[in-house]
Amino acid sequence: MKSDLLSFAALAPAYPELLLAVGAIVLLIVGVIWSRERSNGIAVAAILLLMAVIAVAIWQPAQGVLFNGGFINDTFARYMKILLLGCSAFTLVLSTSTAKSFGLDKFEYAILVLLATLGMMVMTSANDLMSLYVGLELQSLALYVVTALRRDDPRAAEAGLKYFVLGALSSGMLLYGASLIYGFTGMTQLDQIVTVIAGSGRSIGLIFGVVFLIAGVAFKLAAVPFHMWIPDVYEGAPTPVTAFFTAAPKVAAMALMVRVVTVPFGSITHDWQQIIVFLSIASMVLAAFAAIGQTNLKRFMAYSAIGHVGFALVGLSAGTAVGVEGVAVYLPIYVTMTIGFFAAMLGMRTSEGYVETIPQMAGLAQKRPFLAAIIAIIMFSFIGLPPLAGFFAKWQVFLAAIDAHLFVLAVIGVLASAVSAFYYLRIVKVMYFDEPTSEFMPVPAELTAVMAVAGFLIVTYFVTIGSPLYAAAHAAAGSLF
Amino acid sequence: MNIFDHILSLVTFLPLVGVVILLFVPTLDDAGKNLARWIAFVTSTVTFLVSLWMWSRFDNSNAGFQFVENYEWIGNSIGYRMGVDGVSMLFVVLTALLTPICVMSSWKPIQSRVRDYLIVFLILETMCIGVFTTLDLAMFYVFFEGSLIPMFLIIGIWGGKRRIQAAYKFFFYTFTGSVLMLLAIMAMYWQAGTLDIRKLLAFHFDPGVQTWLWLAFFASFAVKMPMWPFHRWLPEAHVEAPTAGSVILAAILLKLGGYGFIRVSLAMFPDASLRFAPFVFTLSVAAIILTSLIALVQTDMKKLIAYSSVAHMGFVTMGIFSGNVMAVHGAVFQMISHGIVSAALFLCVGVIYDRMHTREIAAYGGLVERMPRYATAFMVFTMANVGLPGTSGFVGEFLTMIGTFQINTWVVFFATFGVILSASYALFLYRRIIFGGLTKDTLKSILDLDAREIAVLGTLLVLTIFYGFYPAPILDATAASVSLIAENFSKAIGSTAAMVASVN
Repeated sequence: MKSDLLSFAALAPAYPELLLAVGAIVLLIVGVIWSRERSNGIAVAAILLLMAVIAVAIWQPAQGVLFNGGFINDTFARYMKILLLGCSAFTLVLSTSTAKSFGLDKFEYAILVLLATLGMMVMTSANDLMSLYVGLELQSLALYVVTALRRDDPRAAEAGLKYFVLGALSSGMLLYGASLIYGFTGMTQLDQIVTVIAGSGRSIGLIFGVVFLIAGVAFKLAAVPFHMWIPDVYEGAPTPVTAFFTAAPKVAAMALMVRVVTVPFGSITHDWQQIIVFLSIASMVLAAFAAIGQTNLKRFMAYSAIGHVGFALVGLSAGTAVGVEGVAVYLPIYVTMTIGFFAAMLGMRTSEGYVETIPQMAGLAQKRPFLAAIIAIIMFSFIGLPPLAGFFAKWQVFLAAIDAHLFVLAVIGVLASAVSAFYYLRIVKVMYFDEPTSEFMPVPAELTAVMAVAGFLIVTYFVTIGSPLYAAAHAAAGSLF
Repeated sequence: MNIFDHILSLVTFLPLVGVVILLFVPTLDDAGKNLARWIAFVTSTVTFLVSLWMWSRFDNSNAGFQFVENYEWIGNSIGYRMGVDGVSMLFVVLTALLTPICVMSSWKPIQSRVRDYLIVFLILETMCIGVFTTLDLAMFYVFFEGSLIPMFLIIGIWGGKRRIQAAYKFFFYTFTGSVLMLLAIMAMYWQAGTLDIRKLLAFHFDPGVQTWLWLAFFASFAVKMPMWPFHRWLPEAHVEAPTAGSVILAAILLKLGGYGFIRVSLAMFPDASLRFAPFVFTLSVAAIILTSLIALVQTDMKKLIAYSSVAHMGFVTMGIFSGNVMAVHGAVFQMISHGIVSAALFLCVGVIYDRMHTREIAAYGGLVERMPRYATAFMVFTMANVGLPGTSGFVGEFLTMIGTFQINTWVVFFATFGVILSASYALFLYRRIIFGGLTKDTLKSILDLDAREIAVLGTLLVLTIFYGFYPAPILDATAASVSLIAENFSKAIGSTAAMVASVN
């Protein structure tokens, strides 16, 4: 067996991961030696490191399979990596000025985010059930700690514990599925499983394995019925951490889901398609109705995230290249909206502290017009109203569903989006139609910048990034089929 | 580069230039507010002038699309395509005409958040014009739905007491109807391989598929139009919206549904349109008679006019699905005319609402003594609403009825009751407001129209009478395209009939 470790040049497809891993370790050492007081310096260094990794991922197009087939860097992996690195960088920006008030001014925070990001990159590049699990666990363990980083806060500790116990359960399911698949095909490498299935056909044991594997990943995605941890975790975690949770891990889990169902099981699409359809319908419908009663903004966003996972899964349900294309367009638009929203949420402060509930936002439009306008744009975009970006995201996934003749799914999906309009509009209503009840503090400059970028991209999506993003997503989806 | 290659993009997106300028205007004091108003007024007036220029270069004898722009944009599915034919061109001009009028009429009544108001109005103008100018069905949906956001905000922020409920109702009725249309558009894409309207018009959809597509589009257009019994959102939205919001709602947004019926339902799904025509006729007649009766008992002026809009749209749907040249021609004319007349009626209500702050009919009476000019203007528009010969309201109603008469006599028989009923509720309203003794103390000091109001209402008054006596400019511009649509319709249903005959 030939080792890839003989030359540095041979490792080219894994350069981004290597850079991130080395960088994270160096920052950890620096952080321990330097001082515990200068956590902001570490955070800035981490952002710069992430930007360097993005640059490497963009300008180092080496593709290929490494480590005896365990690691693959194709167009799809590159697309998703650039996206999730961007998410991590932006969410770190959100916590620069707010870290102190959320008890996140420890240098470990940025490093844990880096390590979680590394795990996510491995997930998107995993070409083997074992490397898949390694990546997933690296991500999860880092996230458990981040959730409970503010350990003297009972809410955060509770959230961390819940996340850990349920996360461990999901890892168990995933491992169980992986072992069944290995047992019935004799292979762990994704692209070899497909040849075994093509040769010897599918067995009931293999189907069981697929079900457990999908359940495990669905847990990380928080698709219904594996969603119960997410409202508590979102609410309990400090807001910048919640912002991180809603973006990058979703991208990684979705990328993993896409690869895990399309590459090894592309020939038995009908068997897993119905599971994805069920997850999708359940997520969209439950989120649409459950979010109506929420007043806490973070719980609200948790249900919103569940709903959007459901919409993204509409694309995957099709099981075609068009469907994966839809998912690949959906994710960047979704993360732009959530990061923009969390930037706005962190910018909303009254004299009593951060705004956490919807009624507190009353009259924001008259006190902070820019902030309110950005939130309103994001809400309309969440609903999927044209000409905002959210519409084009839904357009791509539903286009794929119609192509695959999933009419029932499509009709339920659009009706769920009509119901979801109800709770998104409530935020617009509170901000614009109600009279202000309190004064709002000025918004830090970097949050304003993030909001401006997000708002600009959402409003001008059709003329600016729409066409190039679609082309990139098209290429990414093409590499899986 | 010839400017006429891009004139539709110019007309559609020019209002957004005003929006960008407005974003940088501080409106803390009265001078700033006035500056913002002038910017919006000038932008929308220039847009109107450009649209007139476009009309002057429009070739009436060409039945196809003119000023075409065509670029592929997102993948194969969404393209940037523009073009107008005789049916859509006049709606562009109508929208461009009414926006400066709306800006002018909101000059005094809107005092809070003036800049935001003007911004959403200009965005609304772009969305409405875009619906008529685009030649890509995906973009059609983008503009069609895009009008929801500004209208939701207009009703919700600057509306009356029950504005929040009205805004929600407006939003949910139209949004729920439209999402089904979205799926139908996607299904059309996979059937025909393109969303270019010109190619879709030439594509023949399987009659079985047509039925489903027709129903999905109907869900959206029937709510927007609105047809009875999907009209429930309309009276509330009208009553709560500020005057200019009602004007745009009645004059333009309702026409989006009628335009969609002609452009998509009738032209692309002829077999389904023929099959569902009796269904549409039933709903149209129900709208004409029932909503006219409901209008009779209203105590709120705006509600009365809103219900009368629903009744008048009944004539439009009746005409469209008759499918012959005269009826479709009449439907288009009726929509343009109703755009002018209903806008004027809502402005008339706005005039006295601004003075008295009530829309209750019972609160008025004998206004003719203090407001002779107002009484004259209101009289002309009331007569046009009734459909008196010599006003533009007559031409459209008459043509739709003559056209439909050739298809189905009974439908027209019942529809004519609507003409009588519209005369009763409109004159009844007029009598209670304008005539009688000026007995109420609050009205003793009411002032007649000021210069701004005369300019606004005078423009519309001239147009109403001009097109009543000389409808040729509108009819000539639409003739070629309407004939083509009607011809294609009769050809398509003829060939299906022939196919059925040969199978049997």
